[in-house]
Amino acid sequence: MQQRTTEAQEINAAVTLPRWEVPRRARATELPSILRSLLQNKVAALGVLIVLGMLFVAIFAPFVAPHQLEGEVSIGEQLRRRLKPPAWTEGGTSEFLLGTDSLGRDILSRVIYGSRVSLTVGFTAVAFGGTIGVILGLISGYSGGLVDDIIMRIADIWLAFPFIILAILLLSVLGPGLDKLIAVLALGGWVGYARVTRGQVLAVREKEYVEAARALGVPRMRILFRHIMPNTLAPIIVISSFAVATTILAEAALSFLGLGVKPAIPTWGSMLADGRDYLRDAWWLATFPGIAIMITVLGINLFGDWLRDYLDPRLKV
Amino acid sequence: MLYLPLDATREQLEAFRHRMGFDQPVHIQYLRWLGRAVRGDFGTSLRYTKPVFPLILERMPATLELAIAAQIFALTLALPLGVLAAVRRNSIYDGLTMLGALVGQSMPGFWLGLMLMLIFGVILRLLPISGRAGPKHLILPAITLGTFFLARDTRLMRSGMLEVLGQDYITTARSKGLGERVIIWKHALKNALIPLATMVGMDFGALLAGTVVTETVFAWPGVGRLIFMAINQRDFPLIQAAVFLIALVFVATNLLVDLSYTYLDPRIRLGEK
Repeated sequence: MQQRTTEAQEINAAVTLPRWEVPRRARATELPSILRSLLQNKVAALGVLIVLGMLFVAIFAPFVAPHQLEGEVSIGEQLRRRLKPPAWTEGGTSEFLLGTDSLGRDILSRVIYGSRVSLTVGFTAVAFGGTIGVILGLISGYSGGLVDDIIMRIADIWLAFPFIILAILLLSVLGPGLDKLIAVLALGGWVGYARVTRGQVLAVREKEYVEAARALGVPRMRILFRHIMPNTLAPIIVISSFAVATTILAEAALSFLGLGVKPAIPTWGSMLADGRDYLRDAWWLATFPGIAIMITVLGINLFGDWLRDYLDPRLKV
Repeated sequence: MLYLPLDATREQLEAFRHRMGFDQPVHIQYLRWLGRAVRGDFGTSLRYTKPVFPLILERMPATLELAIAAQIFALTLALPLGVLAAVRRNSIYDGLTMLGALVGQSMPGFWLGLMLMLIFGVILRLLPISGRAGPKHLILPAITLGTFFLARDTRLMRSGMLEVLGQDYITTARSKGLGERVIIWKHALKNALIPLATMVGMDFGALLAGTVVTETVFAWPGVGRLIFMAINQRDFPLIQAAVFLIALVFVATNLLVDLSYTYLDPRIRLGEK
């Protein structure tokens, strides 16, 4: 019964009511319950706290970091500073809390600046990949026939191949750069969104309210984006949250292999690559950037777990 | 140009390009490659100046060894861990297992590798940290590659088990008076394995891809490291052949997984309606 009324509301909204009425009403009841559920779940709240904290650090890196990236340091000073251990160990100074690397640069500051690349790449690549995937999935599911076949066969071919190898290949040809890194990682994720969206569209498009909208002469594009798409988004939001986590891990792996942004910009992955060369003499180089990655990804995963349970418990893994 | 001397003349360059077919349009190059590939000729490596196919094949055992060891490591631990977590749902054991799994999924594999090298290789000096010479060398790379899958499989095993344990036939088995152990390990486990079996098959591609990073970290002489070096050195024939082979293995394992369903769940028979 309840579903009927919402369907009726949808049709009403589309046909007679002004456009802004429905989303506004929905938002007014939805938001507090999301927040309440989030605050009740301590683990999820911790995840959100971690993600927000990392975002804060990334945005305000110049103010948070104890040392700036481009310090005018003489070679002698560099030599004096190089490979200092963390402050709490023998030989460490409070000037460099987490120690310094082989060029005398402060690890803590570089970890802080490194969050910028990881988070930028993680969020933007997922946003681009998700948009491409959702649009292709909508088209595929709604039009059916040949278009559907073509898009889904391309998706099959895409999945028939481990993505990270393709990413290595593309980046080694394209060269370093933040934009290229984002583009390549965005390409990697679209299939998942497209398939899920298509499935959702297939389930929704034969519903009565869509038929009703069609009967009332609502244009195709409007049906697709106003009536069908909102009902397909819940799993997409869930997938995206986990995708940010895996994208950050992929970015770290690519940077570790030397295929990320330009060498001068600190990233967690490239710091770990430096650290590998000094594993015997300076354990801190390879330790702290990894912990930063782990905490960030863990925070996103905790949040994603909760989001999935909240939006769509059927997806529970 | 990586493959000619620095002082190569223009003629030498042209001759090299012509010999390799690089002076042809891309689609011609591709058709030529395809024409040879279907006859089993994948060309010659620019770097090693040897046919690429044997070059890859001779490294395949090392990669398969690593991938299989990682898979065994992940599955042998994930099965009992996941089943116990499901059986003792909401206990401390369950909570710790799930937390561990989440952490395992949140770590970059190569970083875990570095930390294992640091702890077991540098500090404790228990295990070798690079190369491939005997079973001891396999331990750290296999753990590094397998941990992500261990974490994910444990979660899958737990949720699969939870779903099965709520079904009617388990209640029937209980009411027949069967022991809890028989119910869990005999009746429930087989059905709970289906989602896991799907993932394990699809993982094979991810495992192969994961070997690129893991093999680079541990200097493991397998296909992954070969591909990474080939890409860095722009050794195109080698890259093409390796990519082709990986896709082939990937598709073949997916087929095997589909076939294994019919064993695990006889209700699934593809093609029957």
